[in-house]
Amino acid sequence: MKVSNISWKIGGEAGDGIITAGLIFSKMFARKGYFVVDCNEYPSLIRGGHSSYTVRIGSSEIFSTSKDINILVALNEETVRIHQEEVLYGGYIICDDDSFDIADFKKERKDINYIAVPFSRIISELKVPEIGKNSISLGASAALLNYDIEVLKEVIADVFSEKSPEIVELNVKLSEFGYKYIKEKLKLSAYELEIVKPVNKILVTGNDAVFLGAVRAGCKFYAAYPMTPSSSILHSFASVENDFNIITRQAEDDIAVINMVLGASYAGVRAMAATSGGGFSLMNEGIGSAAMTETPIVIVLCQRPAPATGMPTWTEQGDLLFACHASHGEFPRVIMAPGDPEECFYLTGRAFNLADRYQIPVIIMLDKYLSENHFSYDRFDFKSITVNRGKLITSSSDINEEYNRYTDTDNGISPRTIPGVKGGVYIANSDEHDQYGYSDENSRNRKIMVDKRFKKMKKLIEEVPPPRIYGPHDAEITIWSWGSCKGPILEAMNILNQKEKKVNFIHFTYLYPFDSEIVSGIIKESNKNIIIENNKTSQLSKIIMMNTGYKIKNKILKYSGRQFLPEEIASGIEKIE
Amino acid sequence: MYLDYLIDKEMNRSGNMSRKKKYNLTLCDFNTDRKPTWCPGCGNYGIWKSLKKAFVNLNLEPHEILIVYGVGCSGNGANFIKTYAFHALHGRALPVATGAKLANHKLNVVIVGGDGDGAGIGLNHFIHTCRRNLNMTYLLHDNRIFGLTAGHASPTSARGLKTKSTPSGVLEEPLNPVLLALAAGASFVARGYAGDLLYLSEIIKKAIKHKGFSFIDILQPCITFNKQETYEFYRDKIYRLDEIQDYDVSDLNEAINRSLEKEKIPVGIFYKVDRPLYEDNLKQIERKPLVDHIITDIDINKLLNRYY
Repeated sequence: MKVSNISWKIGGEAGDGIITAGLIFSKMFARKGYFVVDCNEYPSLIRGGHSSYTVRIGSSEIFSTSKDINILVALNEETVRIHQEEVLYGGYIICDDDSFDIADFKKERKDINYIAVPFSRIISELKVPEIGKNSISLGASAALLNYDIEVLKEVIADVFSEKSPEIVELNVKLSEFGYKYIKEKLKLSAYELEIVKPVNKILVTGNDAVFLGAVRAGCKFYAAYPMTPSSSILHSFASVENDFNIITRQAEDDIAVINMVLGASYAGVRAMAATSGGGFSLMNEGIGSAAMTETPIVIVLCQRPAPATGMPTWTEQGDLLFACHASHGEFPRVIMAPGDPEECFYLTGRAFNLADRYQIPVIIMLDKYLSENHFSYDRFDFKSITVNRGKLITSSSDINEEYNRYTDTDNGISPRTIPGVKGGVYIANSDEHDQYGYSDENSRNRKIMVDKRFKKMKKLIEEVPPPRIYGPHDAEITIWSWGSCKGPILEAMNILNQKEKKVNFIHFTYLYPFDSEIVSGIIKESNKNIIIENNKTSQLSKIIMMNTGYKIKNKILKYSGRQFLPEEIASGIEKIE
Repeated sequence: MYLDYLIDKEMNRSGNMSRKKKYNLTLCDFNTDRKPTWCPGCGNYGIWKSLKKAFVNLNLEPHEILIVYGVGCSGNGANFIKTYAFHALHGRALPVATGAKLANHKLNVVIVGGDGDGAGIGLNHFIHTCRRNLNMTYLLHDNRIFGLTAGHASPTSARGLKTKSTPSGVLEEPLNPVLLALAAGASFVARGYAGDLLYLSEIIKKAIKHKGFSFIDILQPCITFNKQETYEFYRDKIYRLDEIQDYDVSDLNEAINRSLEKEKIPVGIFYKVDRPLYEDNLKQIERKPLVDHIITDIDINKLLNRYY
């Protein structure tokens, strides 16, 4: 059967190689020009517990995974029990009926095609490790989709290349075994994807894209304390520290992290850190220190369900108001919330320029869904990220007779020297200070300096782009959201459009500063407004109300630790009507 | 200032000025136009002078030095010494200094903080910075009290010390910064005394010259809030380690034993050893400081290929 898109899911125990299998499956299609979005779900432990990986492939643009699964690969019984209901009418389940009895499952869903592949028998006959089941299942899946096994073999070779040639050979062999079992023994085929233009697409997560953007932007110092779901940024930086001359350090705690970043930035290099909510909580005071000393920093906040340790490997958008108000006191900042990896890449480039030019902290908000799930893209146009360091003085010849670091200017931005520059000596002072940097608690000075820092907001608010509008301007329904909900909402709009509902979507990628005039204008023109957020208390609607006075009553909120599925959003919107 | 003049004169006499200079640096080159706000008689004055004198002796110009300050009476010194300065948050001077040193390892980095700052709220960083062995110098202004909050007990306060927050006396054992630095792997560990500024200045000079992380626990009377550890108290107890015959600064066991002494208080260099420098193990800065790398138009073509 020819299809334009397909959803595939593999499930098993954590430790079964689920994530590797899912990644290989995604890459196998991205390489040939398909649109790929994937989603992996796993518990916060190393072995045992249920883990799954969903890959959706489209021959035209897709924006998220979906509820319905065409092919489910079940490496254990639990996977069938949990995910059978997600399988589409007439869909397929690949499982090993030697390992567990599928008769009862069959009774429940007579429409599903259960394809028995003897994983365990193959594994014991070939005397190979249990984990090899995943490669057999990949071969079987490729066969069911009439996909070129050579592409799969190529990807396996690349993914396992860092291990050993023996491991590559073994996994290639196992995948061929699975492929032939379906093609030659069972003589089966299920779907065939419509052909696309064969371009080589990259496959990146939000974290990958932030990392790539930061490397391009000239980030030279990266510090972190490992914390899911931000850790892969640390691994990426560490892996290129010598190729790109980036000092990448794991510090003793998140407090050390932000202060090291501050020190490095003060000394003149572009510096960044990433963390999740817990680490961000510890960094709060340091964000204020950046603001008071006017030292540029970029902090990536990869959210996860909270409070406290929460659910480390799951997703939520619960930290928006926290980030907007992070650290004590009042000061300008920028909060960004990219909606997909592509936006992660370009916004990270901009984050460094904004931090440098305005000498402020910039916070980029992701969540586990965006941090760890892959999207396929045409190669990023990295040349469009350029470097603008603002008023940075790196040579004594650029210093006028008297240098005052915090001189009060029209836009509040004052030239910044770096240590080592003769004639530019100053104190970056966490105490309130005068224009030289000396501690000063005089009431008049205090007002001047607070106003100086806030003057930056005027230019900043003009520069920060307004929320982006997707869909027709004259829609019946306007959806409001931010960050990673973008994908599921765009998919939901497709579903609703098919039902001839006119829907548009306002997506915020910048949440601070907030242009209340523009947003008020949009609200006034909209017929019916609905807020969609991956949190309990609808934090975006609070920000909108705080800034515009408008209360958006209709809300679709999810806080189960899982991202929205497009189908949930579409039916939620229909219910509100 | 008159005291500066006296010290300059003292240095001339001891021949220190004969070294090759970029120009005639004096203590006054390190003065700002702010007058110290410490209590008259505060130990900070002695440390302040000693530090400036060490800079002059080492022929360092203000722009070649970064001092990172913690918060406390000593941290307020940021306003009184003219060098590049970062007056960090309470307890966070060491990680700021670490970041700055890694960004530009040619800088001469000194950290100034108190016992509340470094042995209390920032203790974690103290231990890990000792482990790292970056080429920086940490001056712990150890007055065994929180001066700036107006006299609360600190981690180095003596057991039984009565303060506003401990009216029945401190219940904990005092933390021993010298012993801790030795245990954490610092490659240069010393103790100085704010009441003997020329000797202290010599220790600071040696600490800055040492290739590695150098730590000096500086005993500092707080004349306002610590009535126990006064100038008289120290005067009677202090002796110099370099006056001990055959004291071997490379002997860690001996250093540990000396650090445990209570009746008499040794000052001077306890321990000094050559260990690989942290920054020497970073290929990224082998050829030039991180800050000198050009960042416009970084080519990530090859890197993107990883993602196919």
